[in-house]
Amino acid sequence: MLELERVSVRFRVPVERVSTLQETVVRWLQRRMRYRDFWALRNVSVRIERGEAIGIIGRNGAGKSTLLRVMAGVIKPTVGTVSRNGRLVPLIDLTAGFDMELTGRENIYLQGAIFGLSAKEMNTRLEDVVAFAEIPEFIDAPLRMYSSGMIMRLGFAIATQMEPELLLVDEVLAVGDERFQQKCLRHFDTLRTNGVTVAIVSHSAELMKSLCSRAIWLEQGSPAREGPAEEVVEEYHKFMKGLRGA
Amino acid sequence: MIREWLEIIKYRELIRNLVSKQLKVRYKRSVLGLLWALLYPLLMMLVFVVVFSTIFRQTLPNYPVYVLSGIVLWNFFSQTTMDGAYNILGNVHIIKKIYVPKGVFSVATVVSGLVHLALAMIPLLLIGLLTGMRFSAAMLFLPVSVLLVSVFILGVSLALAAVAVFFNDILYIYQVLLIALMFLTPIFYPASILPSSYVQVLRLNPMFDFIECFRLPIYEARLPSPELIAFALVAAVVALLVGWWVFARSENAFVYYL
Repeated sequence: MLELERVSVRFRVPVERVSTLQETVVRWLQRRMRYRDFWALRNVSVRIERGEAIGIIGRNGAGKSTLLRVMAGVIKPTVGTVSRNGRLVPLIDLTAGFDMELTGRENIYLQGAIFGLSAKEMNTRLEDVVAFAEIPEFIDAPLRMYSSGMIMRLGFAIATQMEPELLLVDEVLAVGDERFQQKCLRHFDTLRTNGVTVAIVSHSAELMKSLCSRAIWLEQGSPAREGPAEEVVEEYHKFMKGLRGA
Repeated sequence: MIREWLEIIKYRELIRNLVSKQLKVRYKRSVLGLLWALLYPLLMMLVFVVVFSTIFRQTLPNYPVYVLSGIVLWNFFSQTTMDGAYNILGNVHIIKKIYVPKGVFSVATVVSGLVHLALAMIPLLLIGLLTGMRFSAAMLFLPVSVLLVSVFILGVSLALAAVAVFFNDILYIYQVLLIALMFLTPIFYPASILPSSYVQVLRLNPMFDFIECFRLPIYEARLPSPELIAFALVAAVVALLVGWWVFARSENAFVYYL
């Protein structure tokens, strides 16, 4: 279960970039620290039940990724509350915790620890991860010797074999070649039928309609429309067509 | 504060992984590897011995042990806090994508600093044996000295890591400060050469007391005075509280500045 209550996120964008101490002190003395407030999310409330998949759509800069990062706990909302229970695994950047000098095996344990798993829990998952990523012969080689495809496959394998209870997906539902992509999508379906709670950001209407039961359409940080995925996606596309026509 | 520390303890597996990563990655591409943790203080000692041992022959009969015990503890402080200053900046990729309690990076840096310290103790003991140093029960106090300075280092690291996110300049200011502090701390010279009126001022530098607490059991085979221990304890606790306060106050804002 994941619940956001009246969440708003404010970014303070300095009007001029000030990054050094000297400039900051000078500015501060002159009382010239100027910010522009930018609300990336305004008053968003969402509740995702166990086993439910919800889609988030909207134009570039509508706040989709910010919303996902609030759900992930990376950004603490300026206003509002977030409550969640269960292990959360973000499929936002699959390779975020990787270290290129460490071996595949070492990276699996490191990444597992970042997600909050113990060594014992990782031991039981190691084989599944290696098998899913299809890299048994490279597992003890440093990551810098991997191809970029192998690194992505390993990242996806680790994230999805963690037995997540909450899965946050930012466009990276499938990686690798076509065959591996099919495998990712099949695995994703299994996870969903096993009762994993999912939030997906995607621009693909097909994916949204087939995976999500509900969808939220964000417009400049506010929910413009919320309802059954089919309807919301349809409406969103009509709206976008209208924009292009105008 | 208690809730945050419990959360950090819950992530001990991550701390363990980060420590082993830091140790592996640092020396991965060097031929001698982790051996450098032993060689570096030894070579540093050699430089000081060549330059200063004749000057301090009268006051410091066993100069190698005196200077090496100072270097070992000083390096623990300077290297760990310098690494610690990059704890947030250097883990941007994780902090922006996945939630972890951000204090774990600082704790992990102090733990890998302790591993380096333990390794650096090997040449110190070897030099002690070679120069006929007297081993005494006072050495059993060393874990306490190390614990006190570790707490101090954690506090300084937390503050530096947080400030570095908003004012990058602190990294350069701190480097210069470290050099100044190194000369203001009796590492390679005896405190007795300082005019007594200065000593009171110089002792405002907490490393002054920490080095004394560490060196007395080794070099003079005696325990530090209760007064000295009390000073060190206060410095350690104050540093941790201030460091934690600075860190906790700003940690939610990190993600906006990274």
